[in-house]
Amino acid sequence: MIRSSAVEMASALAKGEITSVALTQLHFDRIASVDTDVHAFLHLDTDGALAQAAAVDAKRAKGEKLSPLAGIPLALKDVLVQKGIPTTCGSKILEGWRPPYDSTVVTNLKNNDIIILGKTNMDEFAMGSSTENSAYGPTHNPWDLSRIPGGSGGGSAAALAAFEAPLAIGTDTGGSIRQPAAVTGTVGVKPTYGGVSRYGLVAFSSSLDQAGPCARTVLDTALLHEAIAGHDPRDSTSINAPVPNVVAAAKSGDVKGMKIGVVKELNGDGYQPGVRARFDESLELLAKAGAEIVEVSCPNFEYALAAYYLIAPSECSSNLARFDAMRYGLRVGDVDGASAEEVMNLTREVGFGREVKRRIILGTYALSSGYYDAYYGSAQKVRTLITQDFTSAFTKADVLVSPTCPTTAFKIGEKSNDPLAMYLNDIATIPVNMAGIGGMSLPSGVADEDGLPVGFQIMSPVMKDERMYLVGAALEAALLSKWGGPILSKAPSLGGLA
Amino acid sequence: MSSLSRDEVANLARLARIEMSEEELVNLASEFTVILEAVARVQEVASADVAPTSHPLPLRNVFRPDVTKPSLTPEEALSGAPASEEQRFRVPQILGEEA
Repeated sequence: MIRSSAVEMASALAKGEITSVALTQLHFDRIASVDTDVHAFLHLDTDGALAQAAAVDAKRAKGEKLSPLAGIPLALKDVLVQKGIPTTCGSKILEGWRPPYDSTVVTNLKNNDIIILGKTNMDEFAMGSSTENSAYGPTHNPWDLSRIPGGSGGGSAAALAAFEAPLAIGTDTGGSIRQPAAVTGTVGVKPTYGGVSRYGLVAFSSSLDQAGPCARTVLDTALLHEAIAGHDPRDSTSINAPVPNVVAAAKSGDVKGMKIGVVKELNGDGYQPGVRARFDESLELLAKAGAEIVEVSCPNFEYALAAYYLIAPSECSSNLARFDAMRYGLRVGDVDGASAEEVMNLTREVGFGREVKRRIILGTYALSSGYYDAYYGSAQKVRTLITQDFTSAFTKADVLVSPTCPTTAFKIGEKSNDPLAMYLNDIATIPVNMAGIGGMSLPSGVADEDGLPVGFQIMSPVMKDERMYLVGAALEAALLSKWGGPILSKAPSLGGLA
Repeated sequence: MSSLSRDEVANLARLARIEMSEEELVNLASEFTVILEAVARVQEVASADVAPTSHPLPLRNVFRPDVTKPSLTPEEALSGAPASEEQRFRVPQILGEEA
């Protein structure tokens, strides 16, 4: 049962073949047997989840009308606050903190009776592409435990790939949903910026951050997308418009006559041969399904990475100023006679990891007088140019596509001492965040040279998220019949467990 | 231009309120030479005729009716405080006078 899709689990629940309590317990059992190896979770809310599941079972017994995902377990990235449940963002500075309120994403999950199993591991404050920057130790890729599960949402993606949960929530600032999905053989969507509320999402880079759904199938992802999306008066950047009809699109998968634009700049040199082979094969399948493949050029994308590593650190240096040791979180050095400033300095030294400090300092520099125009100001102009590239490309194509990442999962430790090499992972995912549009990654197979999963990225215009699901569903259907089963059935079993 | 000295990093760390060891300062300074060279590429295309974008959405101020809604109790608001006293956050000395 734990290898089923959320839709199949929901159907079993509706038919009375299993209860939500039993389904939730099965997932806790699975976590108990594999998570010492995978380390996807930072915290489990066993009692809370089982109580929530029992409540859903009671509602179902009474014949109440339930949401499509009612009673299905979910793994929540530890950057979204849940009342009373520890939220660390993978950082020592928040160790032991229990937030006094629910994020809107959590409120929406609870309103849909989705069972929150616990909080998943991540790069500290979502800064990273490997989950190695967590203060609580790395997460391991279920396909090969010596490799990274991507980042920053490596915990959520690994939980899905290890069958510890059928649904998960991630957040994506430069690729933190899509890159982990790609390297673990799972599906992840960054909705249009403003499509899902950021209220209660601990901010890294406010103009780029976006929470989104993760799952093992396109339809499961769409159902979760619909459950968490929508206007929220508590987020002033929340879009006040109907949620795109993503579920209908995922059920249809009809791409006849759709124009799919291949971004010339997001391919070629630097992309692993197996990644390119799977990408080309997916294009052929989409053409067979009736889509028209065209090539588009986005010449300013080559500057996206540079702009991102100015904009995101600048915003982070401001957002992370809130961790001042005064109101919540860690406080170090509060001895008699110590000034507030000394306590702040010491707390932030001990509480933040290396990458977070690196980015705060970089952001502080980029925003400092004398350098502002040359760095932050220039990066903002690049942001305009990237958005213009997208606008122009979307006049020639309904969606744009590329490989999600240049390579498959690399070894833990391989790039941790080379920040620039690490940053290059996000070269194909960052433009989407810069323009605030939607992006999906879904599995397109495994690379011949290493047998590891490869991701296919689909990008759609602002609030046209349904188009990613149309194309994703079409590709998924074509690949499933080619493979004869889900991609995760090709993954080795964990610790001898099926 | 695209490099930072150990002293410049120390000044930035002071502005960002992060105590740093000598080793951290030296390491960051050397890493920044590489990182700044990479990010400085934005200057190649950022000409004067390009307008900056600070945000993906055309932001406007959002107003709501001024009505009282349920909010945190003082106990809840202080629940994560490292130290509190009389329903307030207790913080270290802020002004420079002798304690």
